Amino acid sequence: MQDLTIDELYEEFEDLPDWDERCDYLIDLGFNLPELPAEAKIEENRVHGCQSNVWLVADIKNSTPPTVEFLANSDAVIVNGLIAVIAALYSGKTPQEIIAIDAQDVFKKLGLERHLSPQRRNGLYSMVQRVRELAVQAEAQS
Amino acid sequence: MNPLDIDAVRGDFPILHKPLPKGLPLVYLDSGSSAQKPQCVIDKEREVYENYYANAYRGVYRFGSIVDEELEGAREKIRQFINAEHSEEIVFTAGCTMSLNLVASGWGKRNLKAGDEIILNEMEHHANLVPWQQLALQTGATCRFLPLTEDGRLDMDRIGEVLSDKTKVLAVTGMSNVLGTINPIAELAKKAHDAGAIIVVDGAQSVPHEQTDVVASEIDFLTFSGHKLYGPSGIGVLYGKRELLEQTDPMLFGGHMIDRVYKDHSTWAPSPAKFEAGTIQIAQAIALGSAIDYMTTLGMESVHAHERDVLEYAYTRLQEIPGMRIYGPGIEHRGAITSFTIDGAHPEDLAQLLDRKGVFVRHGHHCTMPLHDLLGVSATVRASFGVYNSRGDVDALMDAIQFACQRLRLT
Ligand SMILES: Cc1ncc(COP(=O)(O)O)c(C=O)c1O
Repeated sequence: MQDLTIDELYEEFEDLPDWDERCDYLIDLGFNLPELPAEAKIEENRVHGCQSNVWLVADIKNSTPPTVEFLANSDAVIVNGLIAVIAALYSGKTPQEIIAIDAQDVFKKLGLERHLSPQRRNGLYSMVQRVRELAVQAEAQS
Repeated sequence: MNPLDIDAVRGDFPILHKPLPKGLPLVYLDSGSSAQKPQCVIDKEREVYENYYANAYRGVYRFGSIVDEELEGAREKIRQFINAEHSEEIVFTAGCTMSLNLVASGWGKRNLKAGDEIILNEMEHHANLVPWQQLALQTGATCRFLPLTEDGRLDMDRIGEVLSDKTKVLAVTGMSNVLGTINPIAELAKKAHDAGAIIVVDGAQSVPHEQTDVVASEIDFLTFSGHKLYGPSGIGVLYGKRELLEQTDPMLFGGHMIDRVYKDHSTWAPSPAKFEAGTIQIAQAIALGSAIDYMTTLGMESVHAHERDVLEYAYTRLQEIPGMRIYGPGIEHRGAITSFTIDGAHPEDLAQLLDRKGVFVRHGHHCTMPLHDLLGVSATVRASFGVYNSRGDVDALMDAIQFACQRLRLT
């Protein structure tokens, strides 16, 4: 699941035109999300603005140019599904690529904008915000 | 007391008969947040706009007088509904939150000083907590908390630990919006008065579910919201004893609340006008009168008995779910609210999955963060019942929970 690309996700969603089925698919993604080690679930890594708890960390790979892997977990399964979407969108990309991505456009295409509650949408954008901050930091370090 | 004809009641609420996508029937279990509206309330608001709308308390022309008459009619209905003695004790506000802020700032700032104490407790809604915290900050008074029992009731045995001759205000909810706990208001009022304090009752949850009698219960201030009482949103009520409203400063200035304005100072109209600055929510206030008529016709005793039946059924059936934790006291001490968590399920996931079955519940901290801290959870799911809910709605809730638990791989 971790290797899911955003294009594969578009395809999956296309085959699941119904929100209920997409929601079930997100839940499956959520259950398959790799567990974040307990020591990463600390206040410093918490993303604010989520109703549920979300911890998000970035792992910078020493390639040239460096790429960033994002690892995150939530205590809510559907949010874990959304984290899988974020990972598909951002993981393995260079900081410049990450900063260039228009997340809103992607979520619109996936129909997530429409089906998430405003709170969950805010939470999703808080995660995007954090990913972008971590990418900027990674770029500064490289 | 007539038993409630639940089919007839459900027939009065048009929204309940509009199927959701996929033909799912609506199972609305969030009346604690805001209640649905019966046809008579919808019609009344429409009648105002279609037939005689005008500003209130300003025009002698025909529509102005009709509006004034209708508004005073609604005020009188509210007076009778809570058994207040005088109509000038009924103030229209924007809602319960505004009413509570008005008491804290209008009465509190004038009457509290450093060293005085305000008694709160951890089950209060933020609307009956934060204004008092602010008042304490502004006056140097202290907020003290009456402890709760293990099962989420006020620990009346320990009231002596907090109540003293320093107490100036005891602010308490009539019914907890999370635990469902019904508080012993008359007993609390006696104790507060014996200590020389006033009692402020947040009736947001209690007023829609049981008969309220401000005189018999010796309530000093009572606040509630129209929208939770099957009336329009944007309108609320502040009841205050006449002498206390006289000692209360207005919170908003200008417009209709003045008596005489000079260049350097002004005097105020008597209550309720003193507290109704600007243009009040005209159609909403009038339609609130219709909501009260509606509830009065059903009979609050019948409403209460019906809701108890649904609550008892829900309380029993919910316990069939493995991992179910229901917060708050047993049914003998609670009104028609059940907040719960299910081990291994995040409340937000649960609420979202229940929605897929057409079952609408609230999740989160329900504006009671200190209570959730005490319960040791950051969020709960809340099913709250209104006059139109039936045992069938509880069955639908059970089916939806089973579906959610399956999706969340708990079964
Ligand atoms: C106990 C309690 N107090 C106060 C309020 C605030 O009511 P309103 O938002 O109508 O001002 C609520 C609403 O949720 C409540 O449940």
